[in-house]
Amino acid sequence: MLQDLSLHILDLVQNSLAAQASLVQISIIEDSEKNLLVLSIKDNGRGMEASLAAKAADPFVTSRKTRRVGLGLAFLKASAEACDGHFMLLSKKGKGTEVTASFALNHIDRPPLGEMEDTLASLIACNPSIDFVYEHSTSYGKFQLDTREIRAIIKDVPINDVDIIQWIHNYIKEGLDEINGGA
Amino acid sequence: MKSIKELEEIRKRALESVNLRKDSKGTRVVVGMGTCGIAAGARPVLLAFLEEAQKRNLKDIVITQTGCIGVCRLEPMVEVYMPGEEKVTYVKMTPEKVKRIVAEHIVNGHVVTEYTIGAVEK
Repeated sequence: MLQDLSLHILDLVQNSLAAQASLVQISIIEDSEKNLLVLSIKDNGRGMEASLAAKAADPFVTSRKTRRVGLGLAFLKASAEACDGHFMLLSKKGKGTEVTASFALNHIDRPPLGEMEDTLASLIACNPSIDFVYEHSTSYGKFQLDTREIRAIIKDVPINDVDIIQWIHNYIKEGLDEINGGA
Repeated sequence: MKSIKELEEIRKRALESVNLRKDSKGTRVVVGMGTCGIAAGARPVLLAFLEEAQKRNLKDIVITQTGCIGVCRLEPMVEVYMPGEEKVTYVKMTPEKVKRIVAEHIVNGHVVTEYTIGAVEK
């Protein structure tokens, strides 16, 4: 199993990359009033036929040729459902896919969020041609990162320049500290 | 709070340091990021490579990812491609091993044989 939600997200975005997405939108909402954590990953990749989408979270269904098991979606679904939450996968052939998982925020088995700054820095460093949007809201506020905005500033410097990646990493970490009530 | 404006400064510095990796003929480090790799700890390994590259100011290096490399029980796995050399596959990687691989292999050109798949799979 994957230890925290940030690792689930890192894993699920691999599906978006395999589906040749050029834009991946990651959203996390922590709503303490409704006792709900909702995470979603939406891409503009090639999408799936309805028949495949319906069973994509089955561990014995995969589109890859090397092996006959695929655990990423199955892990997330099991995790959400163990925490009084839901799992949903919407996909449209040629349009993209959106995976949503919800969890009871205070459920004892809910995986911790983990290090989203590590997940995003890894994804951006390894996939400089893909755009990522990350939105995260809590009762303290909202954090947003859009690689298209970063590109507009850095222009001809590649986004996977190590100094830029380090900046992105720290920017996310500080931003998340702020919306978690920390300093 | 950090501001996105700071990127202007980083951009200027990056442009001054020239040698932007346009068509880099340098080293390529590929980290396996399948579900197996991620579960086994590929992310801290990848971040350790990024950190070492920044610390040592290595500009001629590309750090990237691939899916499952196919030997899940040896994850996290890393492939290092250096110009004019055969690919070297390192297995059961940790951030500590990354430091040694960067120092000995990537900077000084000596493969860290004991961490390679050949040494582990005897």
